[in-house]
Amino acid sequence: MTLALQQDGSATRKVKRSNLSSARLRAAWLFLTPMMIALAAVAGWPLLRTIWLGFTDANLIDLSESQFIGFENYLAFYDGEAYGVLVDAEWWNAVWNTLWFSVISVGLETLFGLIIALILNAEFKGRGLVRAAVLIPWAIPTIVSAKMWGWMLHDQFGVINEILLGVGIISEPVAWTADPSTAMWAVIMVDVWKTTPFMALLTLAALQMLPGDIYEAARVDGINPIRVFFKVTLPLIRPAIIVAVIFRSLDALRVFDLIYVLTSSSTSTMSMSVYARQQLVDFQEVGYGSAAATLLFIVIALLTTITVVAGGLKSGEGDQA
Amino acid sequence: MNRQIKTFVFYALVVGVVLFSVFPFYYAIITSFRSGQELFNPSVFPTSFSIGNYFSIFKEQPFGLNILNSVIVATSVVILSLIIAVTASYALARIHFRGRGLLLMTILSVSMFPQVAILSGMYELIRSMGLYNSLPGLIIPNTVLTLPFTVWVLTTFMKELPKELEEAAVVDGASPLTIVRRIFLPLMWPAMVTTGLLAFIGAWNEFLFALTFTLSNEVRTVPVAIALMSGATEYELPWGNIMAASVLVTVPIVVLVLVFQRKIVAGLTAGAVKG
Repeated sequence: MTLALQQDGSATRKVKRSNLSSARLRAAWLFLTPMMIALAAVAGWPLLRTIWLGFTDANLIDLSESQFIGFENYLAFYDGEAYGVLVDAEWWNAVWNTLWFSVISVGLETLFGLIIALILNAEFKGRGLVRAAVLIPWAIPTIVSAKMWGWMLHDQFGVINEILLGVGIISEPVAWTADPSTAMWAVIMVDVWKTTPFMALLTLAALQMLPGDIYEAARVDGINPIRVFFKVTLPLIRPAIIVAVIFRSLDALRVFDLIYVLTSSSTSTMSMSVYARQQLVDFQEVGYGSAAATLLFIVIALLTTITVVAGGLKSGEGDQA
Repeated sequence: MNRQIKTFVFYALVVGVVLFSVFPFYYAIITSFRSGQELFNPSVFPTSFSIGNYFSIFKEQPFGLNILNSVIVATSVVILSLIIAVTASYALARIHFRGRGLLLMTILSVSMFPQVAILSGMYELIRSMGLYNSLPGLIIPNTVLTLPFTVWVLTTFMKELPKELEEAAVVDGASPLTIVRRIFLPLMWPAMVTTGLLAFIGAWNEFLFALTFTLSNEVRTVPVAIALMSGATEYELPWGNIMAASVLVTVPIVVLVLVFQRKIVAGLTAGAVKG
């Protein structure tokens, strides 16, 4: 008798729970709809249109008058001569510039970020103030930092030339942003200045999660701090640093504003994004520019997929454990 | 002795880092107070004090309007994306459903989109909706740009809240919308402030869309206005004005970041490292 009642009770509970969970499921999809509409209508559709326009001869003057031309924006042959983005020396120059910029600046940011994070992780007077000071470059809008550095790097009235001349490192003023041999370094320096705080903060967050007793033990055993750093600290914070490096790299690959403002459309610093926008807007070649933008998208999508798959696998393992 | 050298090297490093971080902004501030011939004096110390540049940016061009535009765009972006993101992140963090992992990965990938890849499609869309050269034409693309990030960070925060609160409400028969409004919203305020602030900074700084989707000076946002500031002649750049404008739009952001620095660090790490 009591047993039957109990069974009955658990059955109703089961029914109730499944009703509840299906209500929750419905709510979940309802809650997600606005976001998915927003993403699809405004991020998905423009992306598909960009890819499509890459296969047309669209022109900014009249977008409705475009015709499908297949892969001609990418590669076409007329009288044995090749045309298209894929054989455009300027495109490959932009690709090379972007890669060079990304590798060097992310590399330097990681190194400096690590050093600053180690400094901020030590205990000293005024640590809060130093941390605040380090954050300032990150808070400054990219355009503003490009303009600020543009003025400081000015060939005639710039303070950088003034200081370097005063110390005796250079013997005559350098046109940092205009000279092809220094322009990319100028861009890299401003980017490093601006984004090192981001790296430092992420590295610091990882450092502060390290267990303190390991260091206590190492200190008691009298192990050289440099050895401790390479054998203990670095391996432990490596995952966090790798994630930060990937995020920064994906950011660096689409660099636009800094280069556009600091060195305008100079070929020595032109990135893939700057190249694509120049074709799209300045030259009004929407079809050709869209083809270039699509290529950039493919590069970043590939890298993102690799990242997400690798990261997803890892977090999946974490869930099981 | 050895210890003293170590301390000295350490503090020298600290001073170097601080100088390198702060100097450009400091130099922009002292330049903004220089005018006329003084502007071409590359001394690193303040030499003169004139607030003429701050007046002339409002007289020579609609910079007040530019600031207002930026405030309107950034605020609307924050409000819109937070409204959409709170309910979406509740679903993603709290309800188990098929395809949740896939959806999260899609959101993460969209946040890594190169902006230029949607530029021509977006341009066409904005034009066809009649929003070219208007503020809504900047609010919509910026909201979409921010949304994946907002959803991602709020989901990370929401996952960390204790399960018991919600279970009690479910037992009491509260609907999911009530749960979000009455239980999570009050708990999520700190996270929403952080996320909103980061979204605000992002929208305040956005340049590519603001440059491409506007035509006249009256609808430009601050970064575009500063980037396109020109002098009386083609060869003369009004550096004094540019620096004054730069300082003016940066000071509020720097103050916000310094006041909320702990929260911002939490938001950044939630957005990046846990991704």
